[in-house]
Amino acid sequence: MAMSLPMSSEATPGHFRFIGLRRLAKLLFGTPLNAALTLLFGALLVVTVPPMLRWLVIDAVLFDPDPNACRAATGACWSFIYAKSGQLLFGIYPFDERWRPAIVCLLILALLGWSVRPASWTSRLLALWVAAFALIFWLMGGGFGLAEVPTSSWGGLPVTLILTVVAIGIAFPVGILLALARRSTLPAVRVGAVVLIESVRGLPLLSILFVASIMMPLFLPEALLPDKFVRALVALTIFAAAYLAEVIRGGLQAIPNGQYEAAAALGLPFWHTQRLVILPQAIRVVIPALANTIIVMIKNTSLVLVIGLFDLISSGKAALADPEWPSPAAETFLFIGAIFFALSFSFARFADFLERRGPAAH
Amino acid sequence: MLTSVSAIRHVPSLPMTNDPTAVEMVGVNKWYGTFHVLKNIDLTIQRGEKLVICGPSGSGKSTMIRCINRLEEHQQGRIVVDGIELTGDLKKINEIRRDVGMVFQHFNLFPHLTVLENLTLAPIWVRKMRRKEAEQVAMHYLDRVKIPDQAHKCPGQLSGGQQQRVAIARSLCMSPKIMLFDEPTSALDPEMVKEVLDTMVSLAEEGMTMLCVSHEMGFARQVADRVVFMDQGEIVEINTPAEFFSSPHHERSKLFLAQILH
Ligand SMILES: Nc1ncnc2c1ncn2[C@@H]1O[C@H](COP(=O)(O)OP(=O)(O)OP(=O)(O)O)[C@@H](O)[C@H]1O
Ligand SMILES: [Mg+2]
Repeated sequence: MAMSLPMSSEATPGHFRFIGLRRLAKLLFGTPLNAALTLLFGALLVVTVPPMLRWLVIDAVLFDPDPNACRAATGACWSFIYAKSGQLLFGIYPFDERWRPAIVCLLILALLGWSVRPASWTSRLLALWVAAFALIFWLMGGGFGLAEVPTSSWGGLPVTLILTVVAIGIAFPVGILLALARRSTLPAVRVGAVVLIESVRGLPLLSILFVASIMMPLFLPEALLPDKFVRALVALTIFAAAYLAEVIRGGLQAIPNGQYEAAAALGLPFWHTQRLVILPQAIRVVIPALANTIIVMIKNTSLVLVIGLFDLISSGKAALADPEWPSPAAETFLFIGAIFFALSFSFARFADFLERRGPAAH
Repeated sequence: MLTSVSAIRHVPSLPMTNDPTAVEMVGVNKWYGTFHVLKNIDLTIQRGEKLVICGPSGSGKSTMIRCINRLEEHQQGRIVVDGIELTGDLKKINEIRRDVGMVFQHFNLFPHLTVLENLTLAPIWVRKMRRKEAEQVAMHYLDRVKIPDQAHKCPGQLSGGQQQRVAIARSLCMSPKIMLFDEPTSALDPEMVKEVLDTMVSLAEEGMTMLCVSHEMGFARQVADRVVFMDQGEIVEINTPAEFFSSPHHERSKLFLAQILH
């Protein structure tokens, strides 16, 4: 409020605060409508905030590891989150091996943090991710000296992170190819892209996941059938790719013909033209829509629970089933929600950063 | 169709090749659907020659010069550029495009790249030049078009005249043998036309082979060896600039000149 006023040299702090208060009062009660709204929201806050605070903090059990403390308390049971954090984060992964998914999570988060720096956008970054994922699948699955853990025992945050990063990481380039294919002058290529995109967009993600998990085993022999985790990954990737393709195609349509002509006149071949001239501009145009699609996909990964993979939400439900504890569902889902929020919000900030950087549009 | 053909100026043969012909078009025809846009175009351009092409709007001037670097495909006839015949062969097309620069009416700079990056893009990716070297070449040509201080700006931050000079420099960085200009000054404010024309004049003085679609009579008089007048998809008259502007041979030329001169 007061901060928006220009600071003049004569303005004493007191004078300044006075003007600030006057402004605030005018803002809140300036018109009858404003005054009514102010009173309404004030009343709403008075009614809701104290009980919320009581539940969240004052009457809550914060650290007491005894489940009975939670039974007695009227507030939130945060000690459950604390006591069950391992199970919430890593699901049914074998207890003694939890250090492995823990390293995997840290590794993925560290790499994500590293990858947002423009300075690290080199071809080496891609190699780094590929190497990291070889390491990640070894750590999660075992073999070569580590105890084997089948994907059916994977769970929690690492599953969410792996599904998100791999599905989107592969779907993005596939989406670009699909978008280009859909604009191709070769009829076969164009029709193929249209059929794929439209059939994927026409189906709910749930049904695609069911096809991957239930129907594929019916017509593929056991030996050829990929692991359920891989099938879910492929389903998520195809789904994301179809949506990303349409967003990117929108960007491609915004590029004037003159850009293609200038690139052609310089002798740039097709793929160079796309990579160096067209796509950088097309993608910048659609950053907000891309970010939107990707954020939806981050949260869509939790749908894999319907085919029996244990992502964060399934781990939460499993933890709640422990009869020793009362089942503090609200607290658990707030915790899981906070993790999803942190992931999605960080990505939104990153997209915002991408949108701002770079040369001013013409 | 040709009512007048001027004497072809003697061009010193260039050391790289003995063939004095830069571009040869023989019986070129093109249709857009049923619309006959180019009709029996015959035109031979010698190395070092400067041609100015003019004619009413829609007469096919752009289409004709865009056929030379295959931005448009012709359906009949032969086009040979720098000894290579234009066919559907993509490799040959790109080979020709590397050696034929083109400057557009609306500049068509790459807005997401800096001026310097606009200039180095094709040398690095098409000519496989090292970045350092490409930047040196780019700075040399920016110097020549008199805007070395704008190298690190984005195209959107430059005036129209500056953008067009960047576009010319971008073409020159590929060391083209032939330059095509499609109304390079007609999208510019009047006060910026001169700076672009000056650049083109100096390029002409250095012996570049140039085809310019332009209605700038002063420029045509100063540098053109021949003026090509087109109307309704045909080459109606080819003449020296002096004769074309003072006593054109063809009725349609007279009509056109009367319109642009008044
Ligand atoms: N892609 C296209 N499809 C159909 N017709 C076209 C196409 N491009 C150009 N034409 C038509 O071909 C004719 C010649 O066009 P062109 O652009 O070569 O004319 P121009 O002489 O350059 O005219 P201007 O001075 O207006 O630039 C015009 O009548 C135009 O409408
Ligand atoms: Mg034109």
